[in-house]
Amino acid sequence: MTEQNPILSVEGLCVGFRTAAGFADTVHDVSFSIGHRKTLCIVGESGSGKSVTCQAILGLLAGNGAQTGGRILFEGHDLGAMSETELEAIRGRGIGMVFQDPLGSLNPVHTVGRLLDEALLLHTQLNRSDRHVRSIELLRLVRIPDPEQRLKAYVHQFSGGMAQRVMIAIALACRPQLLIADEPTTALDVTIQAQILELLNHLKSELGMSLLFITHDLGVVAEMADDVVVMRHGRVVEAGPLTQVFNTPASDYTKSLLDAVARLDTPSPAYRWRDVS
Amino acid sequence: MKPWITTVARWRKKERSLVTAEARFPALVVAALVFMAFIFLVAILADVIAPYDYRAQSLRLRLASPVFLEGDLRHILGTDELGRDVFSRLLYATRFSIVIALAGTLMGATLGTLLGFIAAHYRGTVEEGIMMLADVQASLPFMLIALALIAAFGGSVLLFTAIMGIYGWEVFARLTRGVVLSANGQGYATAMTALGAPPRHIYWRHILPNILSVLIVQFTLNFPQVILLETSLSFLGLGIRPPLTSLGQMLGAGRAYITTAWWVAILPGSLIFLTTMSISIIGDWLRDRFDPTLRNQ
Repeated sequence: MTEQNPILSVEGLCVGFRTAAGFADTVHDVSFSIGHRKTLCIVGESGSGKSVTCQAILGLLAGNGAQTGGRILFEGHDLGAMSETELEAIRGRGIGMVFQDPLGSLNPVHTVGRLLDEALLLHTQLNRSDRHVRSIELLRLVRIPDPEQRLKAYVHQFSGGMAQRVMIAIALACRPQLLIADEPTTALDVTIQAQILELLNHLKSELGMSLLFITHDLGVVAEMADDVVVMRHGRVVEAGPLTQVFNTPASDYTKSLLDAVARLDTPSPAYRWRDVS
Repeated sequence: MKPWITTVARWRKKERSLVTAEARFPALVVAALVFMAFIFLVAILADVIAPYDYRAQSLRLRLASPVFLEGDLRHILGTDELGRDVFSRLLYATRFSIVIALAGTLMGATLGTLLGFIAAHYRGTVEEGIMMLADVQASLPFMLIALALIAAFGGSVLLFTAIMGIYGWEVFARLTRGVVLSANGQGYATAMTALGAPPRHIYWRHILPNILSVLIVQFTLNFPQVILLETSLSFLGLGIRPPLTSLGQMLGAGRAYITTAWWVAILPGSLIFLTTMSISIIGDWLRDRFDPTLRNQ
């Protein structure tokens, strides 16, 4: 966690939303940093502010939301102080993002080839045929069989897992140094989930990226993370290296989260069964 | 296999393909499409087909009967009160009416769509302003607005077309604003922003293609209304003025002779009716085809 030159560091981030009922503070004083080639997992229950935190990083908050405090430093530059145009240059090229619902995040009226082509068009100077070649490479990179044919397919012709691979390929098109994955496997079934996690780990080491991984699944955290941030009610409850957080959790909330995971190797705590008898 | 079995199978197959063709292109829609193709052809080729100049008068042959009422072959659809050939005038009137309605609808659609996008993008005061303008126009009878504009600025063809262009923009603006707002909430718009695409890129290349079907349907619903507006204003003598002609103007001029020479008014009237009905049928059919919930039924 305390690396000298982290790729991303979030310092005291606060986010609030204007609502009909008044101003709602959703994220309070969140700080963490991600080192080069490291994976940081943010884990927490629904509504804990983990998604809002990563939307704030890329400036993707809904129209009524705003960063109300703190700094977000990407390679030393404050993203919060950047203009929209400067942010557009960072998005996709410096920081890529993968969303929870792959089928909804890919435009249904365009072919997959066109979507990949656009991602390349936005941030590179490649000509049409080079982009085509690169698109095929990208689909191969995320292990989609028969990429030449798949480029002509539309999103609805893909399964959820395949669509998430396409989404990853698009996010990686311009070789971002940091990939933010916002619950990328929540909409997928367990076997596909394992494949996608394995793919992300593989790509991370192959492309030398850092990974910010949002999840509510502690099993996923155990598989992916170098460092862990546990969030609840918009605050950081606990943060530290994976082994420390998992083996010697400091806060009660983390302990109860860990207890809630069904395990095969140890008997469940007795209180779970008490009410039954 | 016995030969009769293959024959029956072939019949069945032919029957099936006919059934699916009928489902995709109902007879009424085919008729409407053919009729509109015919109308557009006539509008384009008016000066080639027309046997006479539409302004040429021949007072000795006033109100001559058409061929089917024992008239002579020189004027197959008869002549009007100034002895002008009704057939030639119908061709030119169709051309004028179609061109003005098409230009007007295109202008209205472009203006309304653009304002709808602007409202949805900027929200806040801009959105309220645009939507208030739309409400104002929707709450005034457009005929009054048109009359006021023509009274104030005089009746040139250009102004008249511009007035047609103002008609109906508010429907496009409201529609576009609504669908853009809902499309902005879709994952793909956020995903494109996350990829570093500027807003205009997202609007132009991602949201517009997604909402185009809605706009095309609205276009076909608006088009006959603009034709009717044009004919109403011309009927009242405020639209296309002599010596130019349009279907509404022919109808208006012919109404004085409806008891003695009905063809002068009834023929352009029928043409207006058939054209607007055909476009409406095509619009309904397009709406059903574009609606994914009605597809595959």
